[in-house]
Amino acid sequence: MRKNITLRQEISSITKKHLKKYKSFVFGQNLLGVGQVNGTLPKELQEKNGIIDLPMADVAGGGIVAGAALSMKKPIYIIRYQGYNWFNMVFIINYACKSFDIWKIPAPIFIRGVSNEGCVGPVAGSAQLSLFYKMPGIKIFSPFTPHEYRKVYQEFVKDNSVYYVSEHRKSYDNLFSTKNILKKNSDITIILNSITRESATKINFYFHKSKHKVSIIHLYKLKPFNFSNSEKKTINQTKKLILICDNDYEDGLPAIIKSKVCDLTKCPKIKILGLPYKTAGHHPKKDVVPPNAKKIIKTIEKFLERKD
Amino acid sequence: MNFQRIRKNTLFSASLSRYFENKIYNLIKKKKIKFPVYFSAGKEYVACTIANIFKSKKIKPMIFGQHRGHSIYIGFGGDLKKLALEFIGDKKGCTYGMGGSLSIHSEKVKMYGHDGFMGSNVCIGVGMSFATKYPAIIFIGDAAFEEDYVLATISWVAKKKIPCLFVVEDNNYAITTSKQDRRDWTVKNISKAFGIESYDFSDDPKLIYENLKNYNFKKPRMINIHTNRLYWHSGAGIDNKKTFDRLEHEIKKIGKKGFEINQLAKSQIDNIFKNLI
Repeated sequence: MRKNITLRQEISSITKKHLKKYKSFVFGQNLLGVGQVNGTLPKELQEKNGIIDLPMADVAGGGIVAGAALSMKKPIYIIRYQGYNWFNMVFIINYACKSFDIWKIPAPIFIRGVSNEGCVGPVAGSAQLSLFYKMPGIKIFSPFTPHEYRKVYQEFVKDNSVYYVSEHRKSYDNLFSTKNILKKNSDITIILNSITRESATKINFYFHKSKHKVSIIHLYKLKPFNFSNSEKKTINQTKKLILICDNDYEDGLPAIIKSKVCDLTKCPKIKILGLPYKTAGHHPKKDVVPPNAKKIIKTIEKFLERKD
Repeated sequence: MNFQRIRKNTLFSASLSRYFENKIYNLIKKKKIKFPVYFSAGKEYVACTIANIFKSKKIKPMIFGQHRGHSIYIGFGGDLKKLALEFIGDKKGCTYGMGGSLSIHSEKVKMYGHDGFMGSNVCIGVGMSFATKYPAIIFIGDAAFEEDYVLATISWVAKKKIPCLFVVEDNNYAITTSKQDRRDWTVKNISKAFGIESYDFSDDPKLIYENLKNYNFKKPRMINIHTNRLYWHSGAGIDNKKTFDRLEHEIKKIGKKGFEINQLAKSQIDNIFKNLI
């Protein structure tokens, strides 16, 4: 039987095997310094094993990795804050993601975009996925458990696409898998993504005591986007749906996912909840953070009360 | 290695490139080609000389060019018919009809296509060369060298001693702005500051030969070659009729044999375009 390990240990173990199997590389900045990206890189690995510290030049770094990917060694690329996607993704999106379509040369990369929230100010916080969600040639995931992470990696190994894996620093200690709660004719279906999934237990416990029938779907396959048959069935029978996304403004990823949900299901009433629409400051009083369980519950109650 | 042989072979490939582009030029004038075309005319001698030097050394490096890359493709031996088909969007074209003028690619000569971002080929080529330890020649223009990501990548190449030869085809212009209006530094000095061997000379094939005859990709090298652009930045038009033309100069210098080589290239291009476009 497989031993329970944390997400941190799972990533570290995958990395070690990947480097050996493909004679590959992990590219990024400050990889060999203290911390090993929150302990997700095996401590014993050095440059000779394929851990490559790039210069602190984010645009160039993304380009160098896109070039390395042409070798089919399937490099891993770590973007230390997703805010740096603004710089790092230029050549990955415009070269690596298009390479097969234009030149029939695949350039697969496993990108680990690390997200964070709280006291990181206007740039470094937030999950900046909507920047490039629309572009062809990229697949996007936000695994939150060791099991989900392993599944994403196994798909990547069989695939020649560019994978963007959105990680959340608070998820690295996660041990166990999460399960959807799917009920027939529910009053509301709640879709949770990334860090907001931490609130699932509290939300379920709260509404378990109420008169409302609540379904919960954990979302981590963001692009290509689809639902399983049982999820679709639940959504088609639900009266209302609320989509709660990780650190993005509502006009970003939540709006994109909402339109996908509308296309795939018959749910008539969908609400989205993302980041408050304002610039984040560094002080906790001025910060912009994802909705916590309390806020999510309050929003759901209001939505359930609405008669329209 | 025999310079005289390289000189004649270079004249042939540069002539192929010029006559090929003249055909495309006329097709643009007749409005049969309506997308942006970036001509190599005037600077063919840079890529064609380098290609013939490495052919004679039996070294087949990976090639990373950008726009204005027809002469690179032709110089290194890319299929001419496939290049012509690219201009009509044919899936039998060298880039399966997807590349137009600026994203041309060739498996045969290990030339990797370009995405259109000026200088991105520096990062891409360096990444590929680092991952494979295989030599690469990366062609850019004097304007692309000014891109911040190019400078950052060059600094990393020096640190990691990646086997890349960088060729700056310096025609002095960024679209229409000359170098003196853009910067007070030179490619040679900046590269030297990063710790890369660097040189600066004209597109005289003899000078290119002297610089590269003993080069074997053991360490990175930067060569800034002064050359000229005969046609507009993009499309069919002439900026200055008095611009020095290296190809014409070389035909005259080689004499009767030079004229014969040039005409041989012309007939080869005429044959390719017959019934094609």
